Amino acid sequence: MRHVMSPLDFSVEELGQILDLASDIEANPQKYAHACAGRKLATLFYEPSTRTRLSFEAAMLNLGGSVLGFSSADSSSAAKGESVSDTIRVISCYADIAAMRHPKEGAPLVASMKSGIPVINAGDGGHQHPTQTMTDLLTIRSLKGRLDNITVGICGDLKFGRTVHSLIEAMVRYPNVRFVLISPEELRIPDYVRDDVLRKNNQDFKEVTRLEDALPELDILYMTRVQKERFFNEEDYVRMKDFYILDKQKLTLAKPDMMVLHPLPRVNEISVEIDDDPRAAYFRQAQYGVYVRMALILTLLEVKVC
Amino acid sequence: MLNVGQLNEGVVLDHIQAGKAMDIYKYLKLDKMDSCVAIIKNARSNKMGKKDIIKIECPIEELNLDVLGFVDHNITVNIIQDAEIVQKKDLTLPKQLVNIIRCKNPRCISSIEQELEQIFFLADEEKEVYRCKYCEEKYRSSAKNNK
Repeated sequence: MRHVMSPLDFSVEELGQILDLASDIEANPQKYAHACAGRKLATLFYEPSTRTRLSFEAAMLNLGGSVLGFSSADSSSAAKGESVSDTIRVISCYADIAAMRHPKEGAPLVASMKSGIPVINAGDGGHQHPTQTMTDLLTIRSLKGRLDNITVGICGDLKFGRTVHSLIEAMVRYPNVRFVLISPEELRIPDYVRDDVLRKNNQDFKEVTRLEDALPELDILYMTRVQKERFFNEEDYVRMKDFYILDKQKLTLAKPDMMVLHPLPRVNEISVEIDDDPRAAYFRQAQYGVYVRMALILTLLEVKVC
Repeated sequence: MLNVGQLNEGVVLDHIQAGKAMDIYKYLKLDKMDSCVAIIKNARSNKMGKKDIIKIECPIEELNLDVLGFVDHNITVNIIQDAEIVQKKDLTLPKQLVNIIRCKNPRCISSIEQELEQIFFLADEEKEVYRCKYCEEKYRSSAKNNK
């Protein structure tokens, strides 16, 4: 039995197989429509996360399975003081696989240590969110046809953005990936990512402040939100915030086949005026999130579909 | 030098960094043992200038010496039997520490589920970095000089 705590739990080869399966699901959804009939997914969400939870539930329903669970700690036995270990032991009697979101870092790992069913980390505080990273990888691979030989721009809050750190860690494993890290000085990537991930892997990367400067060379632009509360003073925020809003005018600087990704929800960092541009891929990314979760559920339940 | 009686069976921890003997005392949980323990602080040392020494009279297997590798692997461990040094033990960094140090990350699951073992793994041997098994937070403490 296997659990998924981090995107790095899978080798590049294993990840390739999951992404292949996700692509086959996209191409032939009917083939998988009953693959998990009679199986149950428990969504154990100790904090609200509408998109991730619904994406998991949609994935299981698409596979012909069913779902049960809770969507906040208040509506679970955690409110009575039950430990994560006890909860998962009980849930193991009710379901075949579980997806757990928890505000405390490491909670899904603790659950996996006592679980009788596969546990998927659906986000644990600021720590890991493997299915978001797998979604990002599937989106890039599906839209660009590759995960290597590619220039990826990552823009916005690179300091606190969990999805950004995971994406970098996952993509350094592919050859000839170049990163352009676009952020204000205050929100640069943390030292441990720069030193322990990028420099340690002799990764080609550069850090820039202006989005316009980076746009012409990018194959992928991964946008994240720059939050006002991350700045030391309002003056800096006002000075910088427009640099990180992608609008129609800035998009004219990009290659015609560049793709714009965003983990969502967006606030104002991507103008709605570009939503209909063929390069705006963030809603398709949400769809890929369902396919990759379907592939993950099939893989962990060891369901083979011929 | 101050004379402390010879051990018949036990362990002498030599070349402890001056002032760190009490940290070692706590890490080895010597306060919870009945054994006879002598702590010598600020002993003269040709090699170190000043050093601390701990003598513990107990069978070697009663001590978790792995933890010493984590605290300071320059400590010399002399195993004593029949009042003779029978072995000098080399210290290495343990791959895992269980219930030796605590995770200080307030967002870690171990901060609210008290029954969980505090487990750290050796993440980088060269830089002597330990990380919490649950949240992967780097261990920091003044005793380890924030390595």
